[in-house]
Amino acid sequence: MLRLQNVQTYYGNIQALKDVTIDIEEGEIVTLIGANGAGKTTTLMSICGITPPRKGEIAFKGSRIHQLKPEQIVKLGICQVPEGRRIFPGMTVVENLEMGAFLRNDKAAIKGDLDMVFDLFPILEQRRTQLGGTLSGGEQQMLAISRALMARPRLLLLDEPSLGLAPLIIQQIFEIIKKINKENGTTIFLVEQNANQALKLADRGYVMENGRITLVDKASALLANDEVRKAYLGL
Amino acid sequence: MEYFIELFLSGLTRGSIYALIALGYTMVYGIIQLINFAHGEIYMIGAFVAYIVCGVMTIYGFHGVSVLIIAGMLAIIYSCAYGYTLEKVAYRPLRGAPRLSPLISAIGMSIFLQNYVLLAQTSDFLPFPALIPDFEFMEPVAHIIGSAELVILITTLVTMILLTLLIKYTKIGKAMRATQQDMSMARLVGINVDQVISVTFIIGSALAAIGGVLVASYIGQVNFYIGFLAGVKAFTAAVLGGIGSVPGAVIGGLVLGLTESFAAGYISSDYEDVFAFGLLVLILILRPSGIMGRTTKQKV
Repeated sequence: MLRLQNVQTYYGNIQALKDVTIDIEEGEIVTLIGANGAGKTTTLMSICGITPPRKGEIAFKGSRIHQLKPEQIVKLGICQVPEGRRIFPGMTVVENLEMGAFLRNDKAAIKGDLDMVFDLFPILEQRRTQLGGTLSGGEQQMLAISRALMARPRLLLLDEPSLGLAPLIIQQIFEIIKKINKENGTTIFLVEQNANQALKLADRGYVMENGRITLVDKASALLANDEVRKAYLGL
Repeated sequence: MEYFIELFLSGLTRGSIYALIALGYTMVYGIIQLINFAHGEIYMIGAFVAYIVCGVMTIYGFHGVSVLIIAGMLAIIYSCAYGYTLEKVAYRPLRGAPRLSPLISAIGMSIFLQNYVLLAQTSDFLPFPALIPDFEFMEPVAHIIGSAELVILITTLVTMILLTLLIKYTKIGKAMRATQQDMSMARLVGINVDQVISVTFIIGSALAAIGGVLVASYIGQVNFYIGFLAGVKAFTAAVLGGIGSVPGAVIGGLVLGLTESFAAGYISSDYEDVFAFGLLVLILILRPSGIMGRTTKQKV
């Protein structure tokens, strides 16, 4: 479904991604784990066209997307829940959700999807007129995921959804991610530092170090891998 | 007491014009953190277009309100075209450059547009016809507030209400707010940020043109330099209110207008600018981010 081939991304003269090749099949949950500064967020931003790669190729469903603008990429069905949630702080919960559906014009279906995300996260319905900036971290993460869902993504990119949240909330968020994958058939690409949780959820995993992919395997195999256990699971 | 009300209303009139122009500064700043120093020139071009249209229409025998409306419309269209082009030519290529570069480009465009009008027209003050008629029903209170002032107050009030509704409820208004709050997240939900920036310049230019036509008709003359003076005052109003904040621009404009009016009325009109800028200094000492301004968090 999504294929990154020898992607190289730069910030000015600094190379953040060095020959990154990643394959994601339709319906999968794939995770990308690695330390701080390994290039995980850059990988997602390259896919979304915010930091387009200087070399290499990104293809979605067989067609190249690495020269498209971010809004064209969203239109194809690739949506990101970015690191730090990035809720529009001065907009209400409902307005934030409407922004997620910005490129859609089917009003009735948008209304239906609004009900769908309120079903998924009932707390958001209670907070619907509250400003995004006044929500708690967990609620903001739920809102960020819901906002992305409002675009009806085929591929959902999640950047550290567990960051800074209480263990109970993390559990809840991961269950919802699984549900989105199973029930909507949405393909998930999950970037995490919380390697243990991510690998338990995912079908396959990639390990990234200093802008390079160093390991690719089934998630269960990575969980059993000695190096991964030592470096990322603290075992 | 009557004198006080008179000064109050004239300050309100003056202030509402400052607010109208200040909105253009503040909306652009809110989205791309640029002080568009050429904004005053857009105001001046609006007034000039109206001047030319009036001249032509008077030759063909039109008078009064019909001239005002058509001249106003054309002034808005021209100013919008200038504002749109200005952004595209002078600022868009510098997106992502250090913040100083577009600022210098803005000053350059301001000088360029002034001199362009100076060469294309003249450096003289040109008489602008009084397009706003004297209403009969205003006669009993004419010594307190004139018809022209009433029209200015109502026009600016309606314009600001329409702007508020646009920002709050329309799709483009929401896209503008989203872009202002988090530009790269706005791109991630599929907002065409370049388009939003263009629309912001167009709206700001339309507001400036409305201000330009109203003031030119009220004062009765235009000149290539009026944009600079109005721009400095409106910019002051925007900073006073908290730059980047839409309600702040309105409040800043009104506070500035009232201060000037009272200073001129009770002390001396020679000192009105002293009080206006003295107030600015005072407020910036007490509240460095302006009356409505929020202290911005530094993003890493």
